[in-house]
Amino acid sequence: MERSSSSSSPQREPGRGWWRWAAIGGAVAGVAVAFGYVGGWLAPARLTPHRIVDALQTAGGGIHPGFRRNHAKGVCVTGYFEGNGAASAYSVAPFFKAVRTPVVGRFALPGGNPYAPDSSVPIRSLALKLTAPDGEQWRTGMNAMPVFPVATPQAFYAQLMATRPDPKTGKPDPAKVKAFFGAHPEAGAFLQWVKGAKPSASYVTESYYGLNAFYFVDAAGKRQAVRWRVVPEQTAGAGDVATAADPNVLQQDVTQRIAAGAQKWKLLVTLAEPGDPVDDATKVWPAQRTTIDAGTLVLDRVEAQDSGPCRDVNYDPTVLPQGIQVSGDPLLAARSAAYADSYLRRTSEEAGVAGVARLSSEGR
Amino acid sequence: MKTSATFGLPARVLHWVMAAMIIAMLFIGVGMVASVSGRHEVLVAIHKPLGVAVLVLVCVRIVVRVLSKPPALPEDLPWWQRVAAHGSHLVLYALMVAMPLIGWAMLSAGGYPVTLGGGVQLPALVSADPVTFAWLRVAHRVLAYLFFLTFLAHFAAALYHGLIRRDGVVRAMVGR
Repeated sequence: MERSSSSSSPQREPGRGWWRWAAIGGAVAGVAVAFGYVGGWLAPARLTPHRIVDALQTAGGGIHPGFRRNHAKGVCVTGYFEGNGAASAYSVAPFFKAVRTPVVGRFALPGGNPYAPDSSVPIRSLALKLTAPDGEQWRTGMNAMPVFPVATPQAFYAQLMATRPDPKTGKPDPAKVKAFFGAHPEAGAFLQWVKGAKPSASYVTESYYGLNAFYFVDAAGKRQAVRWRVVPEQTAGAGDVATAADPNVLQQDVTQRIAAGAQKWKLLVTLAEPGDPVDDATKVWPAQRTTIDAGTLVLDRVEAQDSGPCRDVNYDPTVLPQGIQVSGDPLLAARSAAYADSYLRRTSEEAGVAGVARLSSEGR
Repeated sequence: MKTSATFGLPARVLHWVMAAMIIAMLFIGVGMVASVSGRHEVLVAIHKPLGVAVLVLVCVRIVVRVLSKPPALPEDLPWWQRVAAHGSHLVLYALMVAMPLIGWAMLSAGGYPVTLGGGVQLPALVSADPVTFAWLRVAHRVLAYLFFLTFLAHFAAALYHGLIRRDGVVRAMVGR
């Protein structure tokens, strides 16, 4: 083998001394430890998506293979969103132009139990996936409440821990719940709202709030902080309360109503003013803020969630088109990370990956 | 073709640039799935375009590798170390190609738009299917661990050649 013609041959005497072996071992171990720390194995105190989803799973009464770990009970809906051009002054997103965009949506009940009675919780949710002709998507997960109870993933995890059922009684420990809300005054607006909230007997008469703030970005690159919500046009039966006697009233109701005709919502976009909190979902913005009617959501078809088009959609609210960006709200990153974990769990159950729960006759 | 004691400049540049990218990718990947903080969003936004850059560069690298003859291993290297060297290089090349493709296919199977930032969107590599998604997602994780372990072995072997054997193998890639 030909060697380079430099004066010293590259083949030198083997290096001696224990420090050389120690240096090799130390360098390799150092890299491995850094990897272990970044990956969380050596940082057990860190709040990970895995821990949040584990907590949701516990709160939902254990594993229901194939189902979402939160908002497990739901129904697929489809239709379209028809923009009117009004929001295009603030965002280049294609959906706000005067065009129709197909929508795959899902109404659901918060919580991880797919068999929970509809009267068990006063909140309903609506998730939407809009897909533009060029493949750009806008996914949003909205809830029928104006504020979120907590502002951070850490507080959300603490809330899950404090409100989980006590194994002895099957109910949350009132002392722990009291201690949690005592330590989290930011939940005040939510508690005030929930006091007067009744579990609606219909998905279609509810308003659904995006909760987290986002930025709209216009053609010049200017960012405007916004929050959005959809407000129903149909009001008949609004205020009717789901009772324990009809545990599945919501799906029956939405199926009957859509069979009778398309159901519609206005998409309202509220513009923040300087000083309005854009990173705190526990705080509402003042009522006098400018609100734009950006278009109409029309839902005209219902399908069961175990066979409908919403089944395999992860409604990650950070899947956004050009013209919409995430804000600094810490819940958004946490939602994205936790939804991905939940999505992996339920698709792994579907695929029969070793080590996960088997899909039973439960279906999804 | 003349056998040189060092790798050619294109091979060396590709090696060190891709080394930095791949180590970054492994740490970003393992970090982003273990975080619920704002880091999660930032890391995901880096992971996707960086992965595509690795895929592009590995194609160039394979062409460079085929067109140029690398320096031979030292003649006195034990047979099992020769086998380990060639085998681990093969594994590294295979993973450099496979990991970005699996990541891309996995997002496609999950029904996600494969966005690289700045409005750039890649076409779906496979059609949306939850079972395909789950297997690809599991493969992405398992192969990432294999990638990291192979990198560690490669790193340890390089240090062994540089500090113990001092046989010119590291110089061949450092280039002096």
